[in-house]
Amino acid sequence: MSQMNMIQAINSALDVLMEKDPTVIILGQDVGYFGGVFRCTDGLQKKYGEHRVIDAPIAEGGIIGSAIGIGVNGLRPVAEIQFADYIYPGLDQIISELARLRYRSGGEYFSPVTIRAPCGGGIRGGQTHSQSPEALFTHLCGIKTVMPSTPYDAKGLLISAIESNDPVVFFEPKRIYNGPFDGDPNKPSIPWSKHPAGEVPKGYYSIPLGKANLVQEGTELSIITYGTMVHVAQAAVNQAGISADIIDVRSLVPLDVDTLRASVEKTGRCLIAHEASKFSGFGAELAATVQEECFWHLQAPIVRVAGWETPYPHAFEWDYFPGQDRILAGIREIMESV
Amino acid sequence: MTWKSRLHIPHPSARPGEAPDFSYLSLSEAGAVAQPAVDAPASEIEFLAHELVRVLDDDGIARGPWIPDLTPGQLLEAQRLMLLTRQYDDRMHRMQRQGKITFFMQSLGEEAVSIGQGMALEPDDMLFPAYRNQGLFILRNTSLVDLMCQCLSNTRDMCKGRQMPVMYHNVKGKLFSVSGNLATQYPHAVGWAMASAIKGEDHISAAWVGDGSTAEADFHHALTFAAVYQAPVILNVVNNQWAISTYQGFAGGERRAFAARGLGLGIPGIRVDGNDLLAVYAVTRWAAERARRGGGPTLIEHVTYRGGPHSTSDDPSRYRPKDEWQAFPLGDPVKRLKQHLVNAGHWSEEQHTALIAELKETIIAAWKEAITYGTMTDGPSLDISEMFDDVYEELPDYLVRQRQQLIELKGRRS
Repeated sequence: MSQMNMIQAINSALDVLMEKDPTVIILGQDVGYFGGVFRCTDGLQKKYGEHRVIDAPIAEGGIIGSAIGIGVNGLRPVAEIQFADYIYPGLDQIISELARLRYRSGGEYFSPVTIRAPCGGGIRGGQTHSQSPEALFTHLCGIKTVMPSTPYDAKGLLISAIESNDPVVFFEPKRIYNGPFDGDPNKPSIPWSKHPAGEVPKGYYSIPLGKANLVQEGTELSIITYGTMVHVAQAAVNQAGISADIIDVRSLVPLDVDTLRASVEKTGRCLIAHEASKFSGFGAELAATVQEECFWHLQAPIVRVAGWETPYPHAFEWDYFPGQDRILAGIREIMESV
Repeated sequence: MTWKSRLHIPHPSARPGEAPDFSYLSLSEAGAVAQPAVDAPASEIEFLAHELVRVLDDDGIARGPWIPDLTPGQLLEAQRLMLLTRQYDDRMHRMQRQGKITFFMQSLGEEAVSIGQGMALEPDDMLFPAYRNQGLFILRNTSLVDLMCQCLSNTRDMCKGRQMPVMYHNVKGKLFSVSGNLATQYPHAVGWAMASAIKGEDHISAAWVGDGSTAEADFHHALTFAAVYQAPVILNVVNNQWAISTYQGFAGGERRAFAARGLGLGIPGIRVDGNDLLAVYAVTRWAAERARRGGGPTLIEHVTYRGGPHSTSDDPSRYRPKDEWQAFPLGDPVKRLKQHLVNAGHWSEEQHTALIAELKETIIAAWKEAITYGTMTDGPSLDISEMFDDVYEELPDYLVRQRQQLIELKGRRS
């Protein structure tokens, strides 16, 4: 075991797999000599050479499109998109090609591409460096969508993503790269070394895709969330002084419906929280799933806490971000309804 | 308010009712364009992008430095494959007209591109075809029955009923899955070639798009990546003058040849007579050897003409002169190769007529076999449960449930 922040854990996942499997290669802007703008690929080019950690032109469509071809030719590419906000020029390649190649070719062609992309706000990134576009990807058939909330999960899930023969879009909540964040920007930041999930094995391990994590157990309420909001929800629950299950979905597709169902059947109340805008956000799918699976167990309407339906504003970042106060308001709303 | 717009709107040289006019096409004499060494620096061979490499002259005589090393036997085989492709297209086009398949796209007039290039490449080279490259599938021994079954979406369909007609693939033949989205295969070919180079292999890749698709971002992404990494890839633009009703000027072909698209990136371009099988073969061999020697990508523009409609869904007489193909100065690739072979004493009109009749029989026999695997109206039918396979490598629980739901629903209906 060793102490790692999420950046180091991601770096370690890549390192462990590149060591183990010579077909794993990395492609992206600034990933090579410089080691990535967030340092996730730091040292890897030096260790594995510039033919396996490849700096790419600034063309996300080209990065994803060429990664597909690289994957078809027997290598296992990990493409880094510098910010999730920049992934859109590659969307046609993801939607029309990567997601559907296996299906359209009757199962005869596939390309095991993993796309890593830092997402989410809280870093003064304005509307072009703060987005959480996961719902655009969960709507696709043929792609798996993952978002970890701790260094331990980040490494184990990334290893599973890269080893998967299905394409995976792997979102990294960059606000919690260096430490868990409870939603209060005025408090001094806490490093991952103070958090149990900052303990990460140095070697190989994997966490299967499609399994949620019950972060804490309770009896009165189920909070279903993922990414940065896992930590915000934990802080809010402590503040509210209630007993709640907090479920970190981790793998949005495939979704661990069993864990959600078991929790909501037990508590009878459900709050869903994510950073992305509410309307047509992934919370809508979660709410619909809980309703379909647990309707007769629900004692109160499901409440969603999410970003407002505006672009992510630079000056009003903390008014946009669904912090503890918004979760607390959501908890009150649920707990006070009959 | 009346606008007096200064916006330039490109216009084709002729629309329906007007006389065809190909004066916009810049042509070179057969044999007139020099053949540089395959390792010549890109900056010294830019002329290849502006001139037109031609081997066969108007009388079918091979001329100049690009005459390829092809035996009469190979040329006769090329002719057979072009004719087979044409007969396949003709039959399948008519099958669509009779309602036997939903859709079809012919390669009429463009057969030399697929056959000439396919012959010039090695069997382990990976091909990323566009939807008008059926010749590549035929050349690489995809059975006619398999191609027809794909168009029929029947029980033998390689795509398991998931794709429109003509979106074939052939893993064994190293032919990638054809996409209905344009130019998406271009960066795939570049990525495949990058992987080949990473692995230290000699295999190269090749991809095809039409003139219209050069406007897509993927075209430009692919060129940039190919140039940056000097990927061993041949990027082909089949300039058949028309993208449905839109002439090539709308893709930016009015002032500069498509072959010149890569010059700014240092990618050599070759503009070739796409209806001259010998020239197509020769430039492809040249580009392939350059790529295999580490010389990087080449962009080849094949100047040709789309002899038929874009697909079975459009009527070209509504947007271009009916007799435009007849006026096309580079003629018909099948007639030109025949003329060459007849002139050289390797072939005769009688043999030609007999071969066409024989190929027709082959096609009819293949069709008869194909429909035994199911048609749009008659069984056998695809197993509905297969609809849920291959979304992922393993069938997830929710798809198992959806499959069950559908099967139960169908059971209740019947």
